[in-house]
Amino acid sequence: MTNALLSQRQTALAGATDRVAAKRHPWRIVFGLLAAAVVVWGALNLWLNPALDHGTILKYLTAESILTGVKNTIVLAVIAMVIGTVGGYLVAVMRLSHNPVLRAIGFGYVALIRSIPLLVLILFMGNLALFWSRVDIVNPFNHAEVWAGWDMNDLVTPFIASILALAINEAAYMGEVIRSGLRSVDQGQREAATALGLGSRHTMSKVILPQAMRVILPPAGSQFVTMIKMTSLVSVIAGGDLLTEAQNIAATNLRTLELLVIASAWYLLVTGIATIGQSILEHRLERGQRRVSI
Amino acid sequence: MAPTTLLDISEVHKFYASHHVLKGVSLQVPEGTVACLLGPSGSGKSTLLRCINHLESIDAGRITMDGTTLAYEERNGQMHQRPRTTVDRQRQDIGMVFQHFNLFPHYTVLQNITLAPSLLKKTSKAKATVRALELLEKVGLADKRNAYPSSLSGGQQQRVAIARALAMEPKVMLFDEPTSALDPELVGEVLKVMKDLAAGGMTMIVVTHEMSFAREVADSVVVMDAGIIIESGTPAEIFDNPQQERTRDFLRHVR
Ligand SMILES: Nc1ncnc2c1ncn2[C@@H]1O[C@H](COP(=O)(O)OP(=O)(O)OP(=O)(O)O)[C@@H](O)[C@H]1O
Ligand SMILES: [Mg+2]
Repeated sequence: MTNALLSQRQTALAGATDRVAAKRHPWRIVFGLLAAAVVVWGALNLWLNPALDHGTILKYLTAESILTGVKNTIVLAVIAMVIGTVGGYLVAVMRLSHNPVLRAIGFGYVALIRSIPLLVLILFMGNLALFWSRVDIVNPFNHAEVWAGWDMNDLVTPFIASILALAINEAAYMGEVIRSGLRSVDQGQREAATALGLGSRHTMSKVILPQAMRVILPPAGSQFVTMIKMTSLVSVIAGGDLLTEAQNIAATNLRTLELLVIASAWYLLVTGIATIGQSILEHRLERGQRRVSI
Repeated sequence: MAPTTLLDISEVHKFYASHHVLKGVSLQVPEGTVACLLGPSGSGKSTLLRCINHLESIDAGRITMDGTTLAYEERNGQMHQRPRTTVDRQRQDIGMVFQHFNLFPHYTVLQNITLAPSLLKKTSKAKATVRALELLEKVGLADKRNAYPSSLSGGQQQRVAIARALAMEPKVMLFDEPTSALDPELVGEVLKVMKDLAAGGMTMIVVTHEMSFAREVADSVVVMDAGIIIESGTPAEIFDNPQQERTRDFLRHVR
């Protein structure tokens, strides 16, 4: 309680009898101090561990390749999230479609992708050249004349493969998030828009989606925070992300522990910023929350 | 000279799966008149209204407005659904007011009213706003233009919903139990707006349980039961001298 509030109370209760004493919580202090001591001890123990070379950490914390890795991680997460969200919207619309074939495809996609571990998907994408070694655009009439062609390994670099895998995975999860958002909007809203003569496009963009956003944005925000951490998995195909760069350095100086600490520090920073952004967003949504009272 | 028929509903049939909900309903609504639709719950009143602006498809029959068949066109002796864009254009001429208002909660009162005209009519935003303010004046809510629907009473919300429908300058207004979700003390303000509208010459079809409104405002009263129109006539004919036993039965129950 603020001091102003306290003194206001004192004045208001000046003449009152049988005043109730403030409740005391002696054990709260004891347990609080104990818990804090354990945490500090644990942190110091980790940081002061002789196996950890602080010089290495400081030296490489802002090394150029680490910074490139951080940048790549952010770029990966953002692009995969954007593609995943667009893909997720398509999946959601398919799953809510009246067309049974589209519905089945949407359902199958989500079921399939959700049951394949992301790591496996990343390995698949990293080895696309084993499926198709080349991509050629051939004259469809004689099948001989090649108009343009690429080697798969040039076309789908590890970085592109990483984006593909993360986006394909994200589309399945965002599909579910967006679907439940769209379904949360009252059927009467669609009917009112339709009755006004708004076409399906305007009905979606001006009436349904803006309301669905309230339901979609909070989980989409945490999907993004998760995405930042999941990018680390692409290090298995040398996707160029933060962990890839940290491991490259560790492979030469054998300071694995130190470079993991460096990577963790950066992940902490980036996800921290994203989390703060997300909670600002959620607060805004809550403040702007407006419901029809019927 | 009798006014021309604006809306002509002819032998309309509607099924929900195997449930025959409308069994050949025919109804003519002359321009500038008010038809009140009465009938017990489940008799198909809402379904009939929703078929007019094609919120529901029909299985047989036709509905024409100003001589144009709504939502369907005849080809090779069969009725085929028109393209969605055509149906949407036809819907612009049909205003609808719902029992639960269905205002857009993320828009202000003014935005609710200007949304459709500014998107669909080639009028400027400024003109749409001027027109919206006129309509708000008409329904007595000019001071609420910047409020959000959630801060309004049910009666106020329904009046905004009426203004929203009117903003598209429809030729006919459909009301599906517009006062049934309202607290009794709020019913009057909505009925007053509807009376003014009728007096101004709007063609209206009103599903309602407000018998005094029907008696006072309706040009014709139509009684439905189990998917057919069992009786129709002037308010005096229906209320004072009903011919059908089921009409008498229904009127006894609502009184
Ligand atoms: N979407 C639907 N699917 C299946 N059956 C429906 C649907 N909508 C309405 N029905 C059925 O159609 C019949 C007519 O319903 P309708 O809503 O038109 O009645 P109503 O006269 O408006 O009744 P009320 O006074 O209760 O609003 C009812 O038996 C109802 O159960
Ligand atoms: Mg009804």
